[in-house]
Amino acid sequence: MARSDVQLMLDVKSGDEESFELLLHRYRSPLVNFLYRMVRNREQAEDLAQEVFLRVYRARAEYVPSAKFTTWLFRIATNLALNNVRDTRHQRMEMSLDAPLMADSEDGDERPLDVADQHPDIEQHLVEQARSKMIRHAIEKLPEKQRAAVLLHKYQELDYGEIAKILACSESALKSLLFRAYEALRVELAPLVAQQMKH
Amino acid sequence: MENRILSYVDGRLKESERLEVEKHLAGCTACELRVAEFRAVTGLLDELPQIAPSPAFDVRVRARVAAEPVKVSWWAWMAPSPRVALAAALLVACTVWVGLRPAGFGVTPATEAEINQNMPVLENYDVLTNFEPLTELPPPVTPADAQQQPADDGQAN
Repeated sequence: MARSDVQLMLDVKSGDEESFELLLHRYRSPLVNFLYRMVRNREQAEDLAQEVFLRVYRARAEYVPSAKFTTWLFRIATNLALNNVRDTRHQRMEMSLDAPLMADSEDGDERPLDVADQHPDIEQHLVEQARSKMIRHAIEKLPEKQRAAVLLHKYQELDYGEIAKILACSESALKSLLFRAYEALRVELAPLVAQQMKH
Repeated sequence: MENRILSYVDGRLKESERLEVEKHLAGCTACELRVAEFRAVTGLLDELPQIAPSPAFDVRVRARVAAEPVKVSWWAWMAPSPRVALAAALLVACTVWVGLRPAGFGVTPATEAEINQNMPVLENYDVLTNFEPLTELPPPVTPADAQQQPADDGQAN
C-alpha cells in the first residue's frame, strides 16, 4: 500500500532520503504544471518548482503534520508564483509588445508559428491551436489570485478548505473569488462557450 | 445561489444542498443558463495540455538538495560524543588545577617590578654567594626583630 504524503514527509524528517524521492516523483508534474500556468514560462516554472522542493527539504526537521501535505506544498508554490508574477510584471509587459505570433506545441510550450508546418490537416490544427491559445490567454488575463484559485480548483482538484488556506482567505471569500474568476472566463471565452454548449 | 452554482457544477455539494439548487434551477432560467455556461468553461479548461517536467528536472532538484549544508541542531551538542567528553574532561581538569594552586602562585605587577630591580644582582649570583666579606655581616633584620627593638629601647629608658 502506498504511503500517504504525511507519512512520507515524516519519514523524510527521520532521515529517509528515499521518501523525499517519492514525494518528488509524486508532485513534480502537478507543481511544474501549476507554476507554468501561473508564470507562463517553462524555465521559470521549473526553477520555482525546484525551489518548492528545496524548501520542503529544508523544512523537514520542523515538519509537523498539522494540515494536509498538499496544502503546505501548494502554499509554498503559490507564494513563490505570486512573488514571481509581481516581480516580473514589467518585464513580461515589455516582452509581450515584441513577441512574435506564437502557437502551442504538443507539450503545451510555446513556439513560433511555422507557416510551412507539414501537418496532415493544417487547417484543423490551426483552429485547435487558436482555441488553445484563447483558453490560455483567458486564464492568463485573470488577476493572479483568481488565476491561482482556478488552477488549484480545476487542475489540482483541491477542496475549497484547502484552497482557502493556501490563499489565506475564508472559504466563503474563496467561493466568491472563484465565481468571479469563472464569470470572467465565461465572458472572455464567450464564442467558445457558445460552441461548446451547442455540442 | 452565486456561491453554490460552481459547487453544483463541480459536484461538491451535499445531497441536501444539491436538491435545493436543482429545485431553484427548475424555476430560474438565468441560473440554469449560468450552470450550462460554467460547465462549458470547465470543459474548455480541460482542453489545455499538460506539460511534462524536463528530464533534467529531477537531477537538478537532487543536486540542489545534495548541496544543502548539513544542519546540526544546537541540541546535538548535548548528545554523547568523544568530542564533548574530551572538552568536558579538559574543563574539569582546568577547574581543579586553578582551584588547587597556591595562593601566591601568580606573579603580581609589584613582584615583577622587584624581580626586574634585582635582575643585575641575580646575574652575579655566583660571585655574591662566594664573596667572603658578606659572610661577616650580621644576620638580616626580620620584621619581627624590627618591631621588638623599639619596645626593648623603651624598657631600657
